[in-house]
Amino acid sequence: MSDKHPPKHAAGEPGPGAEEATPAEDSTAAVVSVDTAGGAMGPSAVPATAQSGQLPGGPDTVLRRIFTGSGMVSVLAVLLALIIGGLLIASTDKQVATTSTYFFARPTDFLAAVWNAATRSYIALFQGSVFNPRGNSVAAQFAPFMETLTIATPLITAGLGVALAFRAGLFNIGAQGQIIVAGILAAWVGFALHLPVGLHLLLVLVAGIIGGAFWGGLVGVLKARTGAHEVILTIMFNYIALYFLRYLLNTPAFQRPGETNPISPILDPSAVYPQIFGTQYRLHLGFLLAIAATVLVWWLLNRSTVGFEFRAVGANPKAAQTAGINVSRSTILVMAIAGGLAGMSGVAQVAGTEKVLTDGVAATYGFDAITVALLGRSTPWGTFAAGLLFGAFRAGAVQMQIQTGTPIDIVLVVQSLIVLFIAAPPLVRAVFGLNPRRKKQARTAKSRKAATTGGAA
Amino acid sequence: MVRVLKLELRGITKRFGTLLANDHIDVVVEPGQIHCLLGENGAGKSTLMNVLYGLYEPSEGEILIDGKAVSFRGPGDAMAAGIGMVHQHFMLVPVFTVAENVALGAEPTKAAGFLNLDETRRRIKEISDQYGFDVDPDALVEDLPVGVQQRVEIIKALVRNAKVLILDEPTAVLTPQETDELLDIMRQLKSGGTSIVFISHKLREVKEVSDTITVIRRGKVVGEASPTAPTAELASMMVGRAVSLNLDKAPAQPKEKTFEVRDLTVIAPSGHHVVDGLSFDIARGEIVAVAGVQGNGQTELTEAILGLQDRVSGSITLDGKELLGRSVKEVLNAGVGFVPEDRKVDGLVGTFSVAENLVLDLYDKPPFAKGISMSPAKILENAKARIGEFDVRTPSAVAAAGTLSGGNQQKVVMARELSRPLRLFIASQPTRGVDVGSIEFLHRRIVAERDQGTPVMIISTELDEVMELADRIAVIYKGKLVGIVPAGTGRDVLGLMMAGIPPEEHTPVPQPGPASTAAATSSTSDAEGGDHV
Repeated sequence: MSDKHPPKHAAGEPGPGAEEATPAEDSTAAVVSVDTAGGAMGPSAVPATAQSGQLPGGPDTVLRRIFTGSGMVSVLAVLLALIIGGLLIASTDKQVATTSTYFFARPTDFLAAVWNAATRSYIALFQGSVFNPRGNSVAAQFAPFMETLTIATPLITAGLGVALAFRAGLFNIGAQGQIIVAGILAAWVGFALHLPVGLHLLLVLVAGIIGGAFWGGLVGVLKARTGAHEVILTIMFNYIALYFLRYLLNTPAFQRPGETNPISPILDPSAVYPQIFGTQYRLHLGFLLAIAATVLVWWLLNRSTVGFEFRAVGANPKAAQTAGINVSRSTILVMAIAGGLAGMSGVAQVAGTEKVLTDGVAATYGFDAITVALLGRSTPWGTFAAGLLFGAFRAGAVQMQIQTGTPIDIVLVVQSLIVLFIAAPPLVRAVFGLNPRRKKQARTAKSRKAATTGGAA
Repeated sequence: MVRVLKLELRGITKRFGTLLANDHIDVVVEPGQIHCLLGENGAGKSTLMNVLYGLYEPSEGEILIDGKAVSFRGPGDAMAAGIGMVHQHFMLVPVFTVAENVALGAEPTKAAGFLNLDETRRRIKEISDQYGFDVDPDALVEDLPVGVQQRVEIIKALVRNAKVLILDEPTAVLTPQETDELLDIMRQLKSGGTSIVFISHKLREVKEVSDTITVIRRGKVVGEASPTAPTAELASMMVGRAVSLNLDKAPAQPKEKTFEVRDLTVIAPSGHHVVDGLSFDIARGEIVAVAGVQGNGQTELTEAILGLQDRVSGSITLDGKELLGRSVKEVLNAGVGFVPEDRKVDGLVGTFSVAENLVLDLYDKPPFAKGISMSPAKILENAKARIGEFDVRTPSAVAAAGTLSGGNQQKVVMARELSRPLRLFIASQPTRGVDVGSIEFLHRRIVAERDQGTPVMIISTELDEVMELADRIAVIYKGKLVGIVPAGTGRDVLGLMMAGIPPEEHTPVPQPGPASTAAATSSTSDAEGGDHV
């Protein structure tokens, strides 16, 4: 007790004057090793009490593992999905079909055809999303990349909303509804009010964020007050938002004068995002705001007391509560902020790319955002990168279909495969041979043990 | 009829990756013996037993039964070979009857697959009568006390013809009386020809019941010991250095009473009064231990003080200010330090770093935060200081708290709660699942806090701990205060109080003779002196 160890000493390095403490330190190593080996969450020599109904580690531990696993699995999952996607592309290719008829005569023809079909499509995908060498100017060559960024913008902000909520232990399926409500408010401010340049856009942005935050926050309030599950709530709120939008688009307040189509008036020029690199690209200010949002979410999660509360509530709500954190308040706040982030996507849609409000304002961004957050491991920059990747898929798919005839849907298949592989990390590791045999044995033994014992040390 | 069975573990080694949990362990369990595996938490006892029970495959070494090597692919094989295990956490279905639970996994059936529970009932009756278990086969398991549930687990193993019974920390959940009953049962099983492997780190029980003791430390067998060996010797073998088992603390210097609980009642969602009209107070500079068997309202009592319970009536005052009806944060800000009963459930966030856990309830206060902006540098600085002060053995300040051993996790919680000026310190099960070496240290810190003039409340189900730390002992049973007695009250008196019998009722009827009269008077006067509410 009196022997104060310097930190490096505590870290297990031999320090001067450690004679007395050294054996004990060895024992620490052994103790730690045994404990960590015994169970994912560390040691438990604690008798199960009748009162402790909740398992340590917070809610939905499987989901948590899927959402916050290692980045390596993400990368490998993308790679694996692309490989399988390539095989699928090849399977629909005419040349491949032809060569397969004489596979046994000349298998090399067949294999070459498979290779060609897959690479041709992916090259087209790349050219459609990043860099097109056939463009007749530098501007045209980089146009695909600008398009990627444009499409990534709403994916990133909505993905951040899902990721942030997840870090607080909430599975936010409601980005779609939050985008829609944000879109409604932002669009209305954009076409119904006529305000000076600058102020107008600011108001559009604020209205959108408030709309999303309101729609998300409401879920938080319901969950905190009544205990209703956020997954059910957000799914239902998506429907409410969508049908409310459809209703609005059939009211005079939201219809274009003289038209009966469900489409709003065009937003005032003062209400739309300026295009960052001029009018030749669709890329708008929203992308810079998405970068800012990523920085903000990073700061919020890692450097602010609010984020500390979110993460504590997400990882162990009981411990958070015991430490004086108001779990209800955290739930409401995080859903509001998540909704606000998704709201930015709604603004990016109506004030950035669409410039009108239709019932397709959210497209499928709200649902893709879940995948994006999943792929990004619920970290802000991971989500940002995943948003860019999915933006590239979307942008490139069109070009791919035009150039090679590969259906756009293949991109959806690849996206789905990514989710599938991320949800099954052992599968990915097995495919890439990253499961050492011994480790696998320990794992099965561990899970078996977990099934039978409480994991006592 | 009795098939005796000699069990031998030879050179058992279990690695998890590079980590060596068991290192060439040799143990021989002779037929009809109670063989104790003594070791601290994390020494590798449970890993070894999981190897024996077929839950883990050993990396090296072999298991021999009656001299023949066997290999178990799962608990089923182990059971078939005559090995039964009673886990620390019971594996029972609460809504099933005893008979259904016993049958589960090996259900006897009649023709066409209909369940035949009569056969199971008969076997339960038979075993129950043979060993005096007093278990009703048709009782629902959830209605049974913990001690009886444990017997159901033992019956489960015996019905499957277990000749070697592994008991993994069986006394952790029992009252002192239930513990004594269990030890009796173990002796009876032994005389009936069943060998028992008894895993424990409680020296008193081990000495009382074992025939042979194997001490395990850091995954290795460090030696055999005889149950007649002195306690201190066993403890030092277990820990690897001399341990002082007795806390020499100065007598309490109680000052003014600053913490008062009056008529505290907590109503559970079921409508049940889990805390029922509790009144007591704690003075500055004294330790009051709340003793009682698990689940008698201790959890709710501490939660009520902290502001985690909703349906609470009565009054709780600290320094004259009412705590009831305040939020947890307000209570903590009033100077309450709280160590919750289960560090993994509500004391720590396992995935957070040690540094973050050390500020889990201080994260928004200076110097760790200005406004809502936190200062990672200050948090790390604080962590390094606390890790040094409390000798927390962690690879680094940023290691996830969940990877630490139980004792070190507990040190993290204690370090956090004791790192600010306190007006009241509450520690619930402060040393549960903590090794002997750390217990000594944590106890000293608690006494040090008392000596600084803080009222200290300890909630413990471990009688040894209560007796060691307390200046006064409050015993609760079914949410009611049975009595408050001074430190030094006998184990048997406390044990009876924990079963709900007030101290006055079990004092021996005064008989002529100085000894018993003295005991009687001291006991009653103690009760009066202590129970001043």
